[in-house]
Amino acid sequence: MHDRTIAELARALADGEVSSVELTRGFLDRIEARDPDCNSFITVTREQALAEAEAADEARAAGRGGPLTGVPIAHKDIFCTDGVRTSCGSRMLDNFEAPYDATVVRNMRDAGLVMLGKTNMDEFAMGSSNETSYYGPVKNPWDPTRVPGGSSGGSAAAVAARLAPGATGTDTGGSIRQPAAMCSLTGLKPTYGRVSRFGMVAFASSLDQGGPLARTAEDCALMLGAMAGFDPNDSTSIDRPVDDYAAALDGVSLQGLKVGLPKEYFGEGMSEGVRGAVEGAAERLRELGAEPVEISLAHTELSVPAYYVVAPAEASSNLSRFDGVRYGYRCDEPKNIIDLYERSRGEGFGAEVKRRIMVGTYALSAGYFDAYYLKAQKIRQLISDDFRKAFEQVDVILGPTSPTTAFPIGERSDDPVAMYLSDVYTIAVNLAGLPALSMPAGFADGLPVGVQLIGNHFDEGRLLGVAHQYQQATDHHRQVPAGVND
Amino acid sequence: MQWETVIGLEIHAQLATNSKIFSGASTQFGNEPNRQACPVDLGLPGVLPVLNEGAVAMAVRLGLGIGADIAGRSVFARKNYFYPDLPKGYQISQYEIPVVGTGQLEIALDDGTVKTIGVTRAHLEEDAGKSLHEDFHGMTGIDLNRAGTPLLEIVSEPDMRSPAEAVAYAKKIRTLVRYLGICDGNMQEGSLRVDANISIRPAGSDEYGTRAEIKNVNSFRFLEKALNFEFERQREILEEGGKVDQETRLYDANADETRSMRTKEEANDYRYFPDPDLLPLEVDQAFIERVRAELPELPDEKRDRFIREYGLPAYDANVLTASRELADYYEATVTAAGGAPKVAANWVMSELGGVLNAQGIDITESPVSAEALGGLIQRIQDQTISGKIAKQVFEAMVAGEGNADTVIEAKGLKQITDSGEIERMIDEVVDANPGQVEQYRAGKDKVLGWFVGQVMKASRGKANPEQVNQLLRQKLDS
Repeated sequence: MHDRTIAELARALADGEVSSVELTRGFLDRIEARDPDCNSFITVTREQALAEAEAADEARAAGRGGPLTGVPIAHKDIFCTDGVRTSCGSRMLDNFEAPYDATVVRNMRDAGLVMLGKTNMDEFAMGSSNETSYYGPVKNPWDPTRVPGGSSGGSAAAVAARLAPGATGTDTGGSIRQPAAMCSLTGLKPTYGRVSRFGMVAFASSLDQGGPLARTAEDCALMLGAMAGFDPNDSTSIDRPVDDYAAALDGVSLQGLKVGLPKEYFGEGMSEGVRGAVEGAAERLRELGAEPVEISLAHTELSVPAYYVVAPAEASSNLSRFDGVRYGYRCDEPKNIIDLYERSRGEGFGAEVKRRIMVGTYALSAGYFDAYYLKAQKIRQLISDDFRKAFEQVDVILGPTSPTTAFPIGERSDDPVAMYLSDVYTIAVNLAGLPALSMPAGFADGLPVGVQLIGNHFDEGRLLGVAHQYQQATDHHRQVPAGVND
Repeated sequence: MQWETVIGLEIHAQLATNSKIFSGASTQFGNEPNRQACPVDLGLPGVLPVLNEGAVAMAVRLGLGIGADIAGRSVFARKNYFYPDLPKGYQISQYEIPVVGTGQLEIALDDGTVKTIGVTRAHLEEDAGKSLHEDFHGMTGIDLNRAGTPLLEIVSEPDMRSPAEAVAYAKKIRTLVRYLGICDGNMQEGSLRVDANISIRPAGSDEYGTRAEIKNVNSFRFLEKALNFEFERQREILEEGGKVDQETRLYDANADETRSMRTKEEANDYRYFPDPDLLPLEVDQAFIERVRAELPELPDEKRDRFIREYGLPAYDANVLTASRELADYYEATVTAAGGAPKVAANWVMSELGGVLNAQGIDITESPVSAEALGGLIQRIQDQTISGKIAKQVFEAMVAGEGNADTVIEAKGLKQITDSGEIERMIDEVVDANPGQVEQYRAGKDKVLGWFVGQVMKASRGKANPEQVNQLLRQKLDS
C-alpha cells in the first residue's frame, strides 16, 4: 500500500480495500522502522493519527466522508498544530505547543486527511539543504550521503521514502520546488494568497506560501483542493473560489499550448545533467502538442540579490517575537532583560537564522533602507513586470527548478552564497507572487532532476493539468529510490 | 531677552472599540492580567493581524471632526524594537501614509480670542502591554491585556505659543474625541495620553530651537506644570549661553520637574517598513460618507448654535459646550424652564458648577436633574421666588429635599407680591427711621438702597425687590 499515490489510496479506501486505520498504521510502522535512517520526521503523532484514522473510517462508514477521508499525510513542522509541538526546526521552539491549528492543518483535517506527524525542515525555513535544522540533517532517499533540498526537505524525503503519500511544505524562495526536484517529486507553490498563512510560522511574510509535495500532479491537485481557500484570519488571503483542481486535470490540453523558455534560465551555472533534462522535457511537451517559444525574463539575475534583502528584512522583524519572554526557549538564569534577550536568542537560534536576522536588520536600518530595502522592492516590481509581459506571449513558462541535482551533505554548509544560488531559478516566482510547480524530468548520474512550470496568477489548475498530461506520457515520476520497496 | 515658546503635542487617544485593532479580544479596562489577550495579542508564532473596521471608522470620525483629508489609501508599517511588553518585537503603526492627513482645530483662549491650531496627521496603531513591577521581587510581570488596543495618535503642528495654549488644545481634543464617542478621554486610566514637544526661541525669530519631548503626562494640570518647568529650564540654559539637548524627558509630578530619559544619540532606530501581513488600508468615499452621516453636532457647531439660538455670550457658549453631557444638560434645563437661556446658563455654570466642583463630580452625576433645575428657574421667572431665595431653595434641592415647589412650600419661601403687605412693612421701616428719611429727602439717593435692604430683611427676603423699590419711592417721594 505504501507505494500507492494519494489518488490510488483514496480509491482503495472508497472501495473498502483497506481501512484508514490499517493504512495509517502501515505508514506509522514504516516511519518507526525506516525514519531513523532518513530523519524526515521531528514528531510522529501515532496515537492522534490512529484516532483520526478511526474517526475517518467511521465517517466513511456513515457515508459522511469526502474523497480524501482517511488518507494519511504529514505536515511540515512550520504549521501550528493544536497541542502538538511545532518546532519550526529550531531549538527556539523545541518546547512550543500552539493552542491552535494553522488554517491549512484545519482545512486538511476537515477534508478527512489524517496527520502522521510533523516533518523536519531547515530552521525557520531558512536553507536549501535541510542542514540547518536543530534536529539534524535529513538524508535524501535517493542517496543518503546527499541533501534532500530545503527547506521542506523533511516533507520531500518522507514522501520519496514512502513514509507518507504526501506532505505539506512551504515555499519562500523555492522551498517546495527545490526539494521536490531533488527527491523526484511533484511540488506546487501556489499563487500568493491562495493558501492561508495563518498558523504558518512566518519567515518572510510577503513571500511565504504553503503548498503540497506529492508524487504526482494529480496528488498535488487533490491536496491543494483541500488546503486552499479564503481565510478571514489572513488579511493577504484572496477571496476567490477554489477550483476543483483534480477534476480539471484531464481537461487541460497541450495542443497549441505556448510554453515559454526564458533564455536567462539556460545560461551559466546550470549543470549539464539538468540542462539535458530540461531540454528533454521541452521536447516532450512539444511532441505532445505544445509550442515552445523563446522568451526573456530580463531581470532574472537581480532576483537573488533582491530576495536576499527582502526575505531577511522581513525575517528579522518576524523573528523578533522569539525573545524568551512569553514562550519558547529561555536561557538559564538571565541577569537582566538585555541578557535574557541576548542569550535566549544567541542560544536558541542557529547560525543561518542569525546571519539572516543580521542582514535584514542592516537592510532596514536608518541610512540603508533606501539603498537596500526600497531598491529591492523596485527590482521586485521589475521582475513582476517581466513575468506580466511574458504571459502576454505564453501560457506557461518552463525552466530548470534547481541548477544542480542533490549535493553532498556538508558541501555548501560553509558557503552561504553557493547555498543561496541553489534557488536562482525559483526565487523570482516568489517575488512576483506567481504559482509554480516542479515535476520529475529524469535523472542525471542516478539523481533526480526536476523542471519547473511557472504560471500566471491563479493558474494552478493549468500548471497541474500540464504536469498531469506530461506525467501521463512519461514515467520519471514512477521511479523509486533503491531500497524503498524492500 | 524675550523668549517665545513653541509647543506641539502628540496625543494618543485609546479608541472605544469593543475589540482590539488586530484581533477579536476584548478591550475592557481592569480585567485580571492576561485574561483578554488572545494568541494574536500574545504574538504567538504563525498568527496574523486582521484590521478592525470599527477602529478605522473612529479614525475617520476624528478626521471629519477636524476637517482633515482622509487618505484613500494608507499603509500600516512595523515599528521594530525590543521591549518585554511588546509581544511581537514590533508595533504595528502607520508611518509614511497615515489615514488622517492635515486638519485643524480652534481653541478659545482666556482673553476671548480664538486661535487655530494645525493638526499634522492622525494615525492608527496598536498599544503595547504593561510591565508590572509591584509584587515581583527582582523580576517583572507582564500584562498583555492592553496589547493590541487601538490607538489614534493625533499629532499637532508646533502652533502653540504657551503652556496655556497647549492645555487649551489638549482639552479641546479631549472634548472632541468625547463628542465623537471615539475615546472616553480618561487620563487617569491612560485612555488619553499626551506627549509634548517644547522648544523656545527669541521672540520674533523664525527658526525653531532644539526641542525636548516630554512623555506621557497624565493630567492637564501636570501638562501645564511640566511645560512651565521646561520653559524655565531651557530659558536658563540659553541665557547662560548653553545649548539645549534634543532629548526625551519625563515629568515627575512629586518633584514638579522634568528629567532626562534618553538623548537623541541613544534614540532607537525603529527600522520602519510596510507590514507585509496587512494590505494597504483602502477607505472609499462611500465609507467616508457613511461615517459623516453618523457624526454628532460637534463642539464648535454647538457653540455657534448656542450663541445664535440662546443669545448667549461666547464665553458662556464655550463653557457650556465643553462636554456633550454638559451641553445636553444645559439644553434640557432651558427646555424645562420654558426659556430664560441666560438665567439657565448662569445657574448651570456658577451655582451647579460650584456644587459639582466642590463634590468633585461630573455633570452626569449631578445631584440636581436638568428638569429640577429648570423647574427652579421657572419659579424665578414667574416671580414665585427671588433669585436670592432661589439659592436657598437650590441648596435644599442639592441636599435632596425635593424639587423647587416642594422646598418652597415646605419652607414657606414664596415671594410676597401682595402690595398691601409690602406697604405695611415699608410703613414700619420708614416710621422707625426718621433720620434716614430726612437724609433721603435732603437728596441723598443712596439711602433708598438702605431702605430696600431693611424692607427685604423684614420680609426675610421674600418680598419682591422690584415692588419694594417702586413702593418705597412712592412713599418717600410723597
